[in-house]
Amino acid sequence: MEKLTNRSAPVNRDPMTFGEKIYLPAIAKGLSITIGHIFKKKATVSYPEEKRPFSPVFRGLHVLNRDEEGRERCTACGLCALACPAEAITMEAAERKPGEENLYREEKYAAKYEINMLRCIFCGYCEEACPKDAVYLSETIMPTNYTRDSFIYKKEDLLIPHPKMQQETK
Amino acid sequence: MLLLQIDTAFIIEKILLITVILLGSLGIAMYLTWAERKVAAVMQDRIGPARAGIFGLLQPLADGGKLFFKEEIIPDRSTRTLFILGPALAMLTALMTSAVVPWGPDITLENGSVIRLQVADISIGILFIFGVVSLGVYGVMLGGWASNNKFSLLSSIRAASQAISYELAMGLSLVAVLMMTGSLSLREIVEQQHGFWDGYFTWNFFKQPLGFLIFLICAFAELNRAPFDLPECESELNMGYHQEYSSMKLGFYLFAEYINLFVSSAVIITLFFGGYNFPFMDKVAGAASPIVFSLICVLIFLTKIICCILFFMFIRWTLPRFRYDQLMRLGWKSLIPLALFNMVVTGAAILWIFK
Repeated sequence: MEKLTNRSAPVNRDPMTFGEKIYLPAIAKGLSITIGHIFKKKATVSYPEEKRPFSPVFRGLHVLNRDEEGRERCTACGLCALACPAEAITMEAAERKPGEENLYREEKYAAKYEINMLRCIFCGYCEEACPKDAVYLSETIMPTNYTRDSFIYKKEDLLIPHPKMQQETK
Repeated sequence: MLLLQIDTAFIIEKILLITVILLGSLGIAMYLTWAERKVAAVMQDRIGPARAGIFGLLQPLADGGKLFFKEEIIPDRSTRTLFILGPALAMLTALMTSAVVPWGPDITLENGSVIRLQVADISIGILFIFGVVSLGVYGVMLGGWASNNKFSLLSSIRAASQAISYELAMGLSLVAVLMMTGSLSLREIVEQQHGFWDGYFTWNFFKQPLGFLIFLICAFAELNRAPFDLPECESELNMGYHQEYSSMKLGFYLFAEYINLFVSSAVIITLFFGGYNFPFMDKVAGAASPIVFSLICVLIFLTKIICCILFFMFIRWTLPRFRYDQLMRLGWKSLIPLALFNMVVTGAAILWIFK
C-alpha cells in the first residue's frame, strides 16, 4: 500500500535485549525525563492575579459604536441580524425626529437593539457585515449570570459611553 | 514480681517518646499528601496546590477538614463490624511499625541515665516489622471484603496476593543482610553501620546493593504504590478496596498509606543507609553535647527518610502501572530467584572470604 505520509516509522519487533528486559535503565531514563520537568517553566497561570493576554483577533462582547460627536452610528439596516448565523440579533428601526440630530447620525436609527448572548457564537460576522462601523466585538469576556434574561443585552448595555457627556466608568 | 517493677520515669519517658513519634508520623504523613501533590504538579509542569496558605501549606488541613464533614456512609449490605474494622486495622498496623525503629543514638545524661530514642529495642525487630506489615494486608482485605462490592473484593484479593508474593522476595533479600549483621535487632543493625567510612563503606547498601534493589522493589509492591498500585487502579477497579468508604474512614485508608510510606522509608534507611549514621559523626559527637548530637542524628535520619520518600514519589509519577500477570511474573520468576541467588552468594562470601 502506498504510504500517505513519510512520517510513519516501522514497529520494532526484535526480541528485547537484556538491558531492556531488566527494565532498570528504562526507569532511569524515565526518571531523568520527569526530574528534568521539575526545572522547566510551569504552564500554570494563576488566573485572577495573572491574566493571559488575548490574541489580537480575539472576539469578545459586542459594543455599539458612536461617532466622534457621540451620535449612535447604527442605522438599523438589519445586515448584522441577517449575517448572524445564530440569529442572536433583533432590532427595531425608528425614524429620527427633528431635533434629535445630536443623538443619531443618520435619519434612521435603532429604537431597540438586542443581542442574545446565549445564542451568540462570537463569530464576528455582524462586525464584518456592518456598513456603518457600528457594531464591534470588544476584548471583554462575557460575564456570567444566573438568569437567562440577563443574557439578552439591550441597546443601553451595548452602547459605548458618550465621549463627551458620560464619564468612562466601565 | 520483680519483672513488673518498672519505674515511673521509664514509663513517662516511653509515653513521651511514643506521643512524639505518633504525632510526628501523623504530621509527616499529612504533609506527604501535600508533597505528593506538589511533586506530581512540578513533574507535569504545573504548580500544584497554592491557594491554602503560603505554597498551599494548609492544604492538608483543608483536605482533612473536608473529609471530616463528609457524610459517613456504611452500605446497607456491608458487614458492619468488619467494614469499620478495616480502616482501623490499616491505620493501626501502619503506626505500629514505627515502634522498633531507632530514631537516634542513646542520650547519656550527666547523672548516668540513658534515654533511648527507640520505643522498644526488641531483639527480633525485623521479624516484628514483617509480622506487622503482613497484618496490614488485613486492613485492605477486610475493607474490600466487607464492602460487599465486586470491585472492592477483586481489588482486595489482588492486594492480598500481591503483598504475599512480594513479602517472600522481601524476606529473602533481607536474609542476606541479616547473615552479614548477625542480628535481628534494628538497633544493632544501625550501630554496625556506624559512620560512613571505616576502611570500607559501613552502610549495608554498599555491601548488599542487589539485596537493596530487591528490597526496594518489594517495598513498592508492599506499599501498593505505583508502579504496583494494582489494588487501587482507578481505571480498572474504580477506586479499589476503598470504593465504598466515605468520610474519615476513607481518610484513614489514604492516610495509613502515607504513614506506611513514611515508616517503610524509615525501615529502608535503617536497614541499608545507616539509619541516623552520617559521615564524620565521631568528630561531631566529640564537639557537641550528647543531646545536640542526638538531635543532629535525628535530623539526618529524617532528611534521609525524606529523600527516600521523594524517590518513591518520583517513581510514582514516572512509571506506568504494571499489568497483573507482569507483576506476578516479576515477583515469582525474577525477584525470588534473584534474592535466593543473592543469599547464596552472600553466604559463600561470608564462609570463604570474610571468615
